[in-house]
Amino acid sequence: MLDLSVIVNNFTFLVVQGLLGLGGFAGGTLRLALPAIGLGFLLGIFIGLARLTRMAWIRVPATLYVEFFRGVPLVMVIFWMWFIMPQLLRLPIPEYGVALTAFVIFEAAYFGEIVRAGIQSVPRGQVEAATGLGLSGAQAMAYVVLPQALRNMVPSIVTQMIVLFKDTSLASIIGYVDLTKAAQIVNNREIRPFELYLFIAVVYWIFTYSMSRAARRLEQRVAQA
Amino acid sequence: MAEPAIAFRLVNKFFGRLHVLKDIDLTVAPGEVVVVCGPSGSGKSTLIRCVNALERVQSGEIVVLGESVTSAGANLTRLRTQVGMVFQSFNLFPHMTALQNIMLAPLKVRRLARAEVEKTARALLERVGIPDKADNYPANLSGGQQQRVAIARALAMHPKIMLFDEPTSALDPEMINEVLEVMTDLARDGMTMMVVTHEMGFARRVARRIVFMDGGVVVEEAAPEAFFASPTSDRARQFLSKILSH
Repeated sequence: MLDLSVIVNNFTFLVVQGLLGLGGFAGGTLRLALPAIGLGFLLGIFIGLARLTRMAWIRVPATLYVEFFRGVPLVMVIFWMWFIMPQLLRLPIPEYGVALTAFVIFEAAYFGEIVRAGIQSVPRGQVEAATGLGLSGAQAMAYVVLPQALRNMVPSIVTQMIVLFKDTSLASIIGYVDLTKAAQIVNNREIRPFELYLFIAVVYWIFTYSMSRAARRLEQRVAQA
Repeated sequence: MAEPAIAFRLVNKFFGRLHVLKDIDLTVAPGEVVVVCGPSGSGKSTLIRCVNALERVQSGEIVVLGESVTSAGANLTRLRTQVGMVFQSFNLFPHMTALQNIMLAPLKVRRLARAEVEKTARALLERVGIPDKADNYPANLSGGQQQRVAIARALAMHPKIMLFDEPTSALDPEMINEVLEVMTDLARDGMTMMVVTHEMGFARRVARRIVFMDGGVVVEEAAPEAFFASPTSDRARQFLSKILSH
């Protein structure tokens, strides 16, 4: 029988520690996912723009970066950061720093491709009309191209955010106490895998479903404008 | 003779190995309306796109309003604020209303005060006959209305020269005249204009001169009456018989 008392008894640990990351441990799914999404997207904008520049010394490294990180597994990047970064930097790096760095570096490649595709989806005539009116390249980008590009990007960005949110569960493999790891820890003590993994599935689902709902509403709003 | 508004001097332009403009020598006087026509691929669009440096040329010189466009240090921003351009596919900014489309460049390039810019923009919409469409987005305007907004947008920078690149080619037949009327008014007001078009009625009524191009070369230059009555080149004769036969 389903015995939910294991959830109730460990609720603080699972939610406050595992999901939010507010406890004594340096963990938490949201504490990892939110900055990873923000920083990953920010770096992605720069990579997307770098992929489109005419300056080869910027474009070529950016292209290599994207092609490399899209071609290797995320778990491998996390292990890399875990084993190699402390050796290269000669200082110990906590799980949180390792996980965040790995996610930002990895996801920026995907966000960069979304930004590049979004910018390229804006017809050439838009830039010609803008520069023909005397706007500089940067002004044309800021007032004409990016607003249209961002609108086109919304569905892909949200999809990528959802993927990233779920992928944070991989941080548990280096001992980072996120929601998945918290459930694992409780399960090792209580041996209630069904209840525990069902519970965290529901929690993950509530977040991803709200994200896609919010995205749909956002799409409808920009479609009206 | 006064200094020409636009002067092409031995201009050559290549797209890769394709030689699209060959030794172009052409001047346009201030206040003159020149219609450029010719078969597709003859280089007529490329020709007028060189005037505001949307296309760069490989050799020769283009002087616009007394300043070289083709020299290395040319001030392109200044050039483009003095030369308005209207495109075949309108190229309105879809995320902005008609009014915002018109106001963007005066606000961001000229950095004029918003109230003044809005007043000018509304007056321009009045002038092109759609004052009630100020708050419409391009998607909610007909093709003819969009093109008139595009003309108003170009005029908002108070250009001295207007370039039209097949402004009516993408329009349904019943909307062509409303755009041509705006262009005719503009010509009557003394605007210097280069117009790439197949509207031979407009050319006959409004143009001071017809430039006929084929294969990247200016084949013939003549006043409209002379050009339509007795074209001197075979190629122009063939072209006219094709487009005027129906």
